[in-house]
Amino acid sequence: MTTISVSNPNQALSRPKYGSMSRDRRWALRWSYFFLTLFAIFFLCPPIYMLITSLKTSAEISAATNPWWVFNPTLSNYIELLTTPSYLTFFRNSAIVSIFVVTITMLISVPAAFALARMRFWGSATLATGVFLTYLIPDTLLFIPLFKMFAVFHDWTGIQLINRWYVLLLVYPTLTVPFCTWIMIGYFASIPKELDEAALMDGANYRQILMKIFIPVALPGLIAATIFAFTVSWAQFLYPLAFTTSVDQLVLPVGIITTLIKGDVFNWGQIMTGALLGAAPPLIIYAFLMDYYIAGLTAGATKG
Amino acid sequence: MVDATIDTRSPAKAARKSSGLKRIFQRKSSIAFFMALPLILLIAILVVYPAFYSVHLATLNKSMKRFVGFGNFLFLFKRETFWMVVQQSCVFAITAVIFKAIIGFIVAHFVHNIPAKGQRKWRGMLLVPWVIPPAMSTLAWLWLFDPSYSAFNWILAHFGIGPIPWTGDGNWARFSVILVNIWIGSPFFMIMYLASLKSVPEQLYEAAAIDGANWWQRIWYVTLPMMRNIIAITALFSLIVTFANFDIVQILTAGGPIDKTHVFATWAFRLGIQGNDIPLGASVSLFMVPILAVAAIFILRDINRRGNEAA
Repeated sequence: MTTISVSNPNQALSRPKYGSMSRDRRWALRWSYFFLTLFAIFFLCPPIYMLITSLKTSAEISAATNPWWVFNPTLSNYIELLTTPSYLTFFRNSAIVSIFVVTITMLISVPAAFALARMRFWGSATLATGVFLTYLIPDTLLFIPLFKMFAVFHDWTGIQLINRWYVLLLVYPTLTVPFCTWIMIGYFASIPKELDEAALMDGANYRQILMKIFIPVALPGLIAATIFAFTVSWAQFLYPLAFTTSVDQLVLPVGIITTLIKGDVFNWGQIMTGALLGAAPPLIIYAFLMDYYIAGLTAGATKG
Repeated sequence: MVDATIDTRSPAKAARKSSGLKRIFQRKSSIAFFMALPLILLIAILVVYPAFYSVHLATLNKSMKRFVGFGNFLFLFKRETFWMVVQQSCVFAITAVIFKAIIGFIVAHFVHNIPAKGQRKWRGMLLVPWVIPPAMSTLAWLWLFDPSYSAFNWILAHFGIGPIPWTGDGNWARFSVILVNIWIGSPFFMIMYLASLKSVPEQLYEAAAIDGANWWQRIWYVTLPMMRNIIAITALFSLIVTFANFDIVQILTAGGPIDKTHVFATWAFRLGIQGNDIPLGASVSLFMVPILAVAAIFILRDINRRGNEAA
């Protein structure tokens, strides 16, 4: 809208060919930066407010001062939280669960993706579609039957799964494996057929083709899938909330919400510190591997 | 990959009598099957079976001893809360997806406008809400919405706007829930649109500019048609995720005040896990299936079509 009104009177000026164009661009640029700044404020406001609150004492939080400014910055929330055994347990549980889930996911989805992308077998096309459909099934549909299934499983075998952190190792892969398989199929399918034909000629078997050619060539996809699996298992909230209750079995998101909120007394300084530290691992990974992160994000919907 | 496999298969079919070739083919397919077996087992045991088990559960009574057929569903139909949940889930998902799509589109456009050098930095900043685990960022929102210490109300008070009951009043709570959802979801749209904006050929814009198209016409006649596919598929994806959302509502309002923000997922959790009525909870969550199925069919159709175009 601005572009047109500015460009017309400008056409007769000194630089006839590109003058209007660059003027246009400059205005468009100014508007872009202005609105981008507004959106950035909107998008970054909660995390920044988390940081602000985490640096305050309880007294300052409940004082009627400017909530957007820290008058007496302190690290006491961090120190207190990092010396609380239960918080460290949550962190450890989250880390163990996430690392195991990432490993399990990769062990299941990479060979499966290789088989589905390169070797046909009876029903493989249906399976590939099925994998994609599974990715669309949300956790909120499955948590109740799974809960009951685990209870029945306990009655049959005596193995208790409810309220044990390792139950999460069973259920998280249902969220990570379909997506990781799906994007790995995409990456594997884009590898030129000549590459593995040449390897077959040289007498390589399928395991060697997968390990020596496909995994190294599709490494960016593998990293994207790994990041995805880690982010999902770190952030998952519903399954641990439904399946675990004891303090020593909780993972981070549920732990913060169920233990730091004591009755009606909200210790917001500590809650924000806990949430910020909980958000740190994915944020750090994102800061260093942003391109892989984005590749994984867009691959899910665009690869087909 | 498709052509290549057909190549190996059709000679195998033609020379079916040559048992050597057939054996190799069989061996290859059985290796492939075993490589995919863990995936098949995982999907069968932990996704497909629970999905059907949930249908079975929904037909039992509370103690799960007696078959009641559609009893649970009929019971739900008679409850006013159920219809409120249906309405809220739909309004919640549709409003949030529309705003996410619009904001995502606008932001993607602005990022695309600025010089390529700075794009990375802005993109990185604007994607942060998507990276933070939703449970953690919703806590920050809960604190921003706090009834007595709300930092938003502190700012609004300077403009003479009275304290807003962000999570205390039914309609404001609905607004807050949708707002948080938009905040978390729009970066995803932004990234998808940005990727697709970059794939629109520059010549089309030049041609439009020569034809005298203004800013709005360029978007309406060039950008939108070129991005139609990606807009549709992103919106459908987001519809599924938003419709089935649990974290935001559970943490922000836990369905309150007086069930005014419950969606299917949180209500199913309340009834099934907290209320110990597993069959009723399963029945509630099953009501998500129709909408999810419709969205899934459209996504699948789109992906298949694009797959055929590529081949």
